[in-house]
Amino acid sequence: MSLSKDQVQHIAMLARLELTEDEYAESVLKLSKIVDFVDQLSQADTTDVVPMAHPLDAAQRLRPDAVTEVVERDRFQENAASVADGLYLVPKVIE
Amino acid sequence: MTELEAGLDAGEFSSVELTRALLERIGELDATLNTFVTVTADEALAAAERADKARAAGTGGVLNGLPIIHKDIFCTRGVKTSCGSRMLDNFISPYDAAVVEKMADAGAVVLGKSNMDEFAMGSSNETSYYGAVSNPWDLECSPGGSSGGSAAAVAARFAPAATGTDTGGSIRQPAALTGTVGIKPTYGRVSRYGMIAFASSLDQAGVITRTAEDAARMLGVMAGFDERDSTSIDHPVPDYRAGLGESIEGLRVGVVRQHFDEGLDARCADRIREAIAELESLGAKAVEVDLPNLDLSVPTYYVVAPAECSSNLSRFDGVRFGHRAENAKDLPDLYCRSRGEGFGDEVKRRIMTGTYVLSAGYYDAYYLKAQQVRHLIADDFKKAFANVDVIAGPTAPTPAFKLGDKIDDPITMYLNDIYTIGANLAGLPAMSVPCGFVDDLPVGLHLVGAHFEEQTLLRCAHQYQQATDWHTACPERFR
Repeated sequence: MSLSKDQVQHIAMLARLELTEDEYAESVLKLSKIVDFVDQLSQADTTDVVPMAHPLDAAQRLRPDAVTEVVERDRFQENAASVADGLYLVPKVIE
Repeated sequence: MTELEAGLDAGEFSSVELTRALLERIGELDATLNTFVTVTADEALAAAERADKARAAGTGGVLNGLPIIHKDIFCTRGVKTSCGSRMLDNFISPYDAAVVEKMADAGAVVLGKSNMDEFAMGSSNETSYYGAVSNPWDLECSPGGSSGGSAAAVAARFAPAATGTDTGGSIRQPAALTGTVGIKPTYGRVSRYGMIAFASSLDQAGVITRTAEDAARMLGVMAGFDERDSTSIDHPVPDYRAGLGESIEGLRVGVVRQHFDEGLDARCADRIREAIAELESLGAKAVEVDLPNLDLSVPTYYVVAPAECSSNLSRFDGVRFGHRAENAKDLPDLYCRSRGEGFGDEVKRRIMTGTYVLSAGYYDAYYLKAQQVRHLIADDFKKAFANVDVIAGPTAPTPAFKLGDKIDDPITMYLNDIYTIGANLAGLPAMSVPCGFVDDLPVGLHLVGAHFEEQTLLRCAHQYQQATDWHTACPERFR
């Protein structure tokens, strides 16, 4: 199955990825190949097979609802490009 | 490591001297290989000094004063943790990964952070933002990936051990291609806390060394329950070094019919058959087993892994950490351009593949279907392990390939992991052990065990290494 450029544009939008024109052209080709390749799965007979949720059939562990973390905001924000008064700055969302 | 430890204990050299010598060697020789993203010389010398003091006081841990390297996917406090990506080129980790903590507590001296495929997505180390790594056995060849920097560094004798991570073969395939030992333990055996996530249901940390004995030592330090990783398994950690000396008399070794179908280089197949014959001569019993869904493991993986990666990598938004595009006009523009600029081609491809298979109308056909086939594959292994203790076969279909040969064709690259991916899908422990050469390039024997049977794999590999000397071979330029 070949993906169209519109489809790839839609996927890139969903994934929040800006692509150049060249990258679009290449993505249409290569993603189509990958989709063809994984389409082999449709031949497998999976009637009554339960989807695998965990390699060891383990269940999610629960813990008491207690405070375990300390606030280290200043240290963590050292990696942010733009902060002020402990807040992360982004372009204006609402005019 | 055993030899180095003896030297340290006998006072033949100090950890500071050993560390200086290795840093010097890395400075001299790494320009040709590019195995390091960051060399942490000051931190290493300080750790070595502490280790020497601890040794003098008789208080050192299992790795006291021994040099190691961390794959640059493990967060290290105060040190750049890039994950091989432009996205994290400016990221100084504010905390240590569980693996990093444990190694430090055991007294290890960390020489630096090793190069890798971007976000561990690749089988050749060519997707790294910091450039490809060369294979010490042939500088024009790839060392494999994604833990290619770790594997090449161990092969080049920069350190006796390096950490790695394995989502589809990323420890074992580079170990095979560089003539080193690589082990990926059972899913959940080693904490993933602070290990940058690629595909969370498949990712597992492990090690690359030259001997099974060193792998056992390292794994003993790394393994164990950690409440900070929600999938960490609370299962006792055995003394992995304790049983290594036991014979493998009577060990049932499964040989998979499908492994020797087309796709496997004929000369590699010969090396694998010779290795299995060697195991038989040590008392093991070869038993033919069937993995009928082997062919489906790669397509299954390339649905499950990209799906999980597209979700995991959504955290890179240009806001809290990582690369941020300049002069964004609005928030969507900031996200799209930061991610478009920060990620390389292969990472973008996998994010898009994952986004597609999870998108409305396709979920059942791809993701759900793949998780069903994954169950079939896991069941095949379960059936096989009813009759055998380990499964032996090739780690990779060919010896090291030339840099540039496969990078333009994702499917050919993906098929390099055909023999290794099954263990990740089923969560099984697996390792690669050097078992000979083809055209002067190393070949790896792949051993897979049942859940939590790392000890059996390590014993089998150790006994094999006692009877063979492939692991002692050293690439000529790095002697």
